Amino acid sequence: MQPLYLSHYTLTTCLGRGCQANWDAMIEQRTGLQPCAFETAMLPTFIGQVEDVDAEALPPRLSDYLCRNNQLAQLALKQDGFCGAVEEAIQAYGRHRIGVFLGTSTSGILSTEIAYRHRDKQTGALPGDFHYAHTHNTFSVSSFVRDYFELEGPAMAVSSACSSSAKVFGNAARMMACGVIDAAIVGGVDSLCLTTLYGFNSLELLSNERCQPFGSQRKGISISEAAGFALLTRQKPVSGTAIAITGVGESSDAHHMSSPHPEGAGALASMQQALDMAGLAANQIDYINLHGTATRSNDAAEGLAVSALFGSSVPCSSTKGHTGHALGAAGIVEAILCALAMKNRILPGGVNTQEVDASLKVNYLLENKPAASRAVISNSFGFGGSNCSLLLEQQ
Amino acid sequence: MNSLVVHLDAIGLCGPGLENWATSQAVLSGAAPYLTAPTLIAPSGYLPAAERRRVGTAVKLALAAAKDALNAGAHDASQLLSVFSSSGGDGDNCHTICEALASADRLISPTRFTNSVHNAPSGYWGIALKARPASTSLCAFDGSFSMGLLEAATQALTAMAPVLLIAYDTPYPEPLRTTRPIGHSMGVALVVSHQRTNATVASLQISLGRARPSVMPEPHLEALRINIPAARCLPLLRAIAGVDNNAELALDLFDNQQLLVKVGI
Repeated sequence: MQPLYLSHYTLTTCLGRGCQANWDAMIEQRTGLQPCAFETAMLPTFIGQVEDVDAEALPPRLSDYLCRNNQLAQLALKQDGFCGAVEEAIQAYGRHRIGVFLGTSTSGILSTEIAYRHRDKQTGALPGDFHYAHTHNTFSVSSFVRDYFELEGPAMAVSSACSSSAKVFGNAARMMACGVIDAAIVGGVDSLCLTTLYGFNSLELLSNERCQPFGSQRKGISISEAAGFALLTRQKPVSGTAIAITGVGESSDAHHMSSPHPEGAGALASMQQALDMAGLAANQIDYINLHGTATRSNDAAEGLAVSALFGSSVPCSSTKGHTGHALGAAGIVEAILCALAMKNRILPGGVNTQEVDASLKVNYLLENKPAASRAVISNSFGFGGSNCSLLLEQQ
Repeated sequence: MNSLVVHLDAIGLCGPGLENWATSQAVLSGAAPYLTAPTLIAPSGYLPAAERRRVGTAVKLALAAAKDALNAGAHDASQLLSVFSSSGGDGDNCHTICEALASADRLISPTRFTNSVHNAPSGYWGIALKARPASTSLCAFDGSFSMGLLEAATQALTAMAPVLLIAYDTPYPEPLRTTRPIGHSMGVALVVSHQRTNATVASLQISLGRARPSVMPEPHLEALRINIPAARCLPLLRAIAGVDNNAELALDLFDNQQLLVKVGI
């Protein structure tokens, strides 16, 4: 595929606001996971919560969009000069030539969860200030970002569970290849809500300690929230390290709704497809940012797929020990962490993991490794057997 | 933008008073009267019994529309790329989870949670058909059909392969229904191809622009178009059903942008 350049990017996670705060935490090998004290949730688990999301005020013209998910989106958009970069793109290409493709799994459903606790006692109606389209609907965050920048191009939410904000790179690549747009805002936003906390609890997939990706003692996931955005263009940036997406592999497990294919067949197919699109061989990959959720079955399947395709020497790690699992925002968060790893010439070692599971035949990093990397892969796999592997190259 | 030219190889339909594509063409073209009827979701036969018991209306509806399109048998369903597009997914399931979370014990069933993901129909499609190619699941509120068609067109043209588009919506029960009044369940499936084949039923030239959205002249069908996001496809299906062989349509997308479609049969 034609390379798409990350001309600008930003992320906000439980580690902090913007690229520098997040990279500092990588350097310090710090986790952002804390005991769960979110809203009214009473669950013995750890979560990654972004500070002061509630305090974020939306512009009056966008007040109907007020919900945690869009507040988190705006908080993230304001970091790293991202808004300025979008304004420049508008000047260069026009409002109708910029697409918005964002991943989310639960959008602003927290607003609906709270509204259901305040139904009218006689009629059962939801409170009058509840705005379904602007908060609950899956499209809400993409519509918010499109309206925030007053864009007039195509927009959609991709909602394929935990692969959502990786797959958006594919949407942008196709739209650009067909000449529909000249630039795209891609990314994803997922915010904490009761549906995912109690839902993953019902599946017995929540860890009661900080998640240990690829660890022998791993007990499940730590849920988090995050937002990340990248401005994609076909023009190579004139200064600085140019990071390009050169492969987007997408596949389906066709196996089970909530468990991966046991041998990682779908994961392997998406990684192979990313390599094929980039025209690279497996031995040209310098680092793999694993999906690495820390459930028994996910890590086992991914470990098999990685060792089958790459052998057991390519350095790899999951950054979910730092950030938690941001679900529909995980793909963009990890793509940006890969870009920062290439730019800073350090491969991030995973945190929380006490001992790497010896049955997973991969070179899992527990310490940061100073190393230049030219090509890396970031994996994102989700419920429904939806797999996506991004291939990023430094050019 | 340059227009994208794609070809529709097959059409499937499952909506209120629109039981399938074959019997609905006369109604859509105006040759036969529209008769109000609830949506009958024919069993697709795709899902094994164990899975069929687990799924809600949205999955059954999406698969029924797909089955109607693929009945002709021109395509190996397991090899198709797929695009699922819906405004709200499974309304009943969402309501039940929100009710449980508002209750004292907050116990939600693992199956309900698994089925709550927007890509549940895509996941069950893969499992049922052993379909391993890429599949995506989109939402663009009332523009979900049009954005799904644009996405399917760009996929077909870049992958040089046919793409199955399934747009579907189900109603919410109260109290969400008042805030998002989707009238009925409806699903539509299109096989969008990069090349003209013997199976081609219509060729489309697609672009984005501003125009007043095309409407349905028959009032009941126009009510469906307005009340169900997936039914925003109806002007396109009407043109293909034979009323207008060279229609220039504007399908609803956003307030400031529509999907412009020139239809050539």
